[in-house]
Amino acid sequence: MKITVNGQEHEIVTEPGRTLLDILRNDLGLTGTKEGCGNGNCGSCTVLLDGQAVNSCLVLVAEVEEREITTIEGLSRHGELHPLQRAFIEEGAVQCGFCTPGIILSAKALLDENPHPTEIQVRRTIAGNLCRCTGYDKIVRAIMKVAAT
Amino acid sequence: MAGYTSVGKRIPRVDSPDKVTGAAVYSADIVLPHMLHARVLRSPHAHALIRRLDISRAQALNGVMAVITAADVPVYKDKAEPVLAETPHLAGTKVVYDGQPVAAVAAINPSIAREALGLVEVDYKEIHPLFDVQEAMKPDAPLIYPGLHAQHPGGEDPVPGNIPWRVEYTRGDVDRGFKEADLILENTFITRTVHQGYMEPMAAVASTDVNGKVTVWTQSQGIFQVRELLAEFLNLPLSHINVVPVEIGGAFGGKTYQLLSPLCALLSLKTGRPVKMVMTREEVIRASRPAPASVITVKLGVTKQGLMTAASAFMIFDEGAFPERPYALNAAVHGLGHYKIPNLKIEAFDVLTNKVPSGSYRAPSAPQAAFAVESQVDLIARAMDMDPLQLRIINLAEEGDPMPDGTIFPRVGFKETMQKMAEHLAGKGKIEGENRGRGIACSYWRGGVGCSSAQVNLNADGTINLVLGSTDLTGSRTSLAQIVAEEFSIPFQRVSVVTGDTDTAPYSDLAVGSRTTYQMGMAVYRACQDAKIKLAGQAALRLNVEAVRLELDQGYFQVKENPDRCVSIAELARNSIKMKGEGPIIGHGSVGTPPYAPMFAVHAADVQVDKETGKVKILSYAAAQDVGRAINPALVEGQIQGAVAQGIGWALTEQYVFESGKVQNTTLLDYKMPTALDVPFIDVLLVEIGSDAGPYGIRPVGEPPMIPALACIANAVHSAAGIRLRELPMSPEAVFRALQSS
Repeated sequence: MKITVNGQEHEIVTEPGRTLLDILRNDLGLTGTKEGCGNGNCGSCTVLLDGQAVNSCLVLVAEVEEREITTIEGLSRHGELHPLQRAFIEEGAVQCGFCTPGIILSAKALLDENPHPTEIQVRRTIAGNLCRCTGYDKIVRAIMKVAAT
Repeated sequence: MAGYTSVGKRIPRVDSPDKVTGAAVYSADIVLPHMLHARVLRSPHAHALIRRLDISRAQALNGVMAVITAADVPVYKDKAEPVLAETPHLAGTKVVYDGQPVAAVAAINPSIAREALGLVEVDYKEIHPLFDVQEAMKPDAPLIYPGLHAQHPGGEDPVPGNIPWRVEYTRGDVDRGFKEADLILENTFITRTVHQGYMEPMAAVASTDVNGKVTVWTQSQGIFQVRELLAEFLNLPLSHINVVPVEIGGAFGGKTYQLLSPLCALLSLKTGRPVKMVMTREEVIRASRPAPASVITVKLGVTKQGLMTAASAFMIFDEGAFPERPYALNAAVHGLGHYKIPNLKIEAFDVLTNKVPSGSYRAPSAPQAAFAVESQVDLIARAMDMDPLQLRIINLAEEGDPMPDGTIFPRVGFKETMQKMAEHLAGKGKIEGENRGRGIACSYWRGGVGCSSAQVNLNADGTINLVLGSTDLTGSRTSLAQIVAEEFSIPFQRVSVVTGDTDTAPYSDLAVGSRTTYQMGMAVYRACQDAKIKLAGQAALRLNVEAVRLELDQGYFQVKENPDRCVSIAELARNSIKMKGEGPIIGHGSVGTPPYAPMFAVHAADVQVDKETGKVKILSYAAAQDVGRAINPALVEGQIQGAVAQGIGWALTEQYVFESGKVQNTTLLDYKMPTALDVPFIDVLLVEIGSDAGPYGIRPVGEPPMIPALACIANAVHSAAGIRLRELPMSPEAVFRALQSS
């Protein structure tokens, strides 16, 4: 089957029952997408599917044919970081970094739809992404900083 | 910070670009050619004898390359049962908790490995399990380890029991002290087992070369400690093992344990191929090393003026099934240690049960002790109608006072930190509104200790490489590089920092006990001085002046009274490696165990209690802390905010639910950690009362901000709803029930 990841088309041979997360990490080598729980409770494996944030551990690869997938590796273009990535660095929103790709992608899905969300909208958006290091303080501030521009 | 160019600046973490782009490499991301995948067979019983263990059918499965059991472990040979100092990575003749590893399988893919687990035949005979600490402490309780005698500071108990460690500290005369008190309160407080909750499940990859040298990639809080453990487990010399650091997806004490790498390494030695192991979240919760549950009774007496005259505490920690580490000691030293109490008696015990072994979690056992003590202090303040902040201030210990174990407090910033919080709260004003209330709590932490070393290499272009053997959990690579930039008076960008592997890096102990920036900071500082002395000697020759007349400014050695006479570090470094040069300039810094630099944290929480549902909402939260000197305030704030969020989880929602010793809630849906909706912005108030020992006055930082959080929230709930919860978590159900019965 053909899947499109970060604008690039890949032809892959796979059993249909494998998850998108498994394909991304093990077949395509896109290990920026993390597995924290494997059952949709932590958000570490969040990717964008046609612009919507989804837990890739809950998506079967058979569901994604002819759909656009964006992973964290696809966010910066030509060496230029996405404003969210820059804000996360500048605001100190990154600690261990394991939840970071998922949270940045959840935030991107929000900002693409609503460029100027309120704090509570930001918090609701990332409520499915667990972070254990930061207390969310600097993460919410980083997203709000991008939203304010 | 005035006068500094790098220290005190909010410099972004050096690892953050890799982490926001997905380029950072964690253990589970590592793939090697011909790599095998391994899985662990775990005990389904809390306490059982292994009568027969047959791996032949598993071994015969197509695609299975090796199956190991305790019989294959070199260090277990010649021993009936693994000795206690060696974590039993594979059960021998009996299992002591549900989830204990019994066998491990390496196969060509994960699904074959999983299938093979089902073919291992184990005949268990269940025996009487112990789940309750108070029952396990009784003299007639069955023994989990028949030869185990309690260790205590004075030696060893003569009669065996289920208590691996106990400690007793006394000061003055408690009976007399209680007689002098006008008010005495005694209460018992209970906390449940909780997990560190690191987002990255444990994983490891091991590979073996033709000479039998083992290389391991795994997340760990100490690469050299992994090496020591593997050398012992595999019976190999230290030089035959190389541990390569990788990024660590959260640790908080939980990754001081190596649950996978010994098994991976043994399977790799058996098969000659690389072996990878990754835990599922279910395995992480069920069978890693969560923080111990506790039962703590505190009795406290005060005069009419609020002066504490006597205190006694009886503390029990649930050690789980392995006597790996003591929790009693930390709790005994920290629980009441920040108060000047003339008469004191503290007894603390670690007690074995047939449950998942307990482990270190951010200031191990201090949050539990502080929950009891600081709740009790709040109850005293209420009973006396005294301001809880004031009651604490008049009783706080200061420089020269003894800690419970007799160690004397050096310079501390307890009162200054309290004062900072008092000003913050005064500025904020009283909390208004129905069912709303404010709580405060405070605690100290003296930090962990170990030895450290670091190396700075001067490059020919004047850039500097800092080489560390300590793993980075908190941004320590960045803050330690800031010290180098400051010491050489060069821009931060000209310092490159790396954690080497155990083959190349200078030795460092575990990154634990909040010690890394404090103690590695000393080693880095010394390495800088070592290099600077060498550079200054060469600069003196070049400039034809005595070295003492030189100063270092913006990367140049210059003559103090004539700064135009100068030579750059870059030029000196370049000349040092030229033909006929003085030889490369490398600075070494080593430090042994340094003195304690105790830190202090005081928290204030404003909460609202929903009386219909019992849900506690944190409206605002402030954390003041004496950090000595914040090398990087953004990183320090991040440590404090993260710790507070963990404290909020421990206080309100997190707990292991056991049934017959089996953990029932092994998903992150059922083990409920705080989300972005549960944690407000956290105000951080930094106090900088420099320590005597740390460079720039640094104090340890990472652990203390979780210690007071549990009691702080319990005290706030009392203010808001008039109910006192002596048991955690204060879940909606628990709060609702307390409201019903109040």
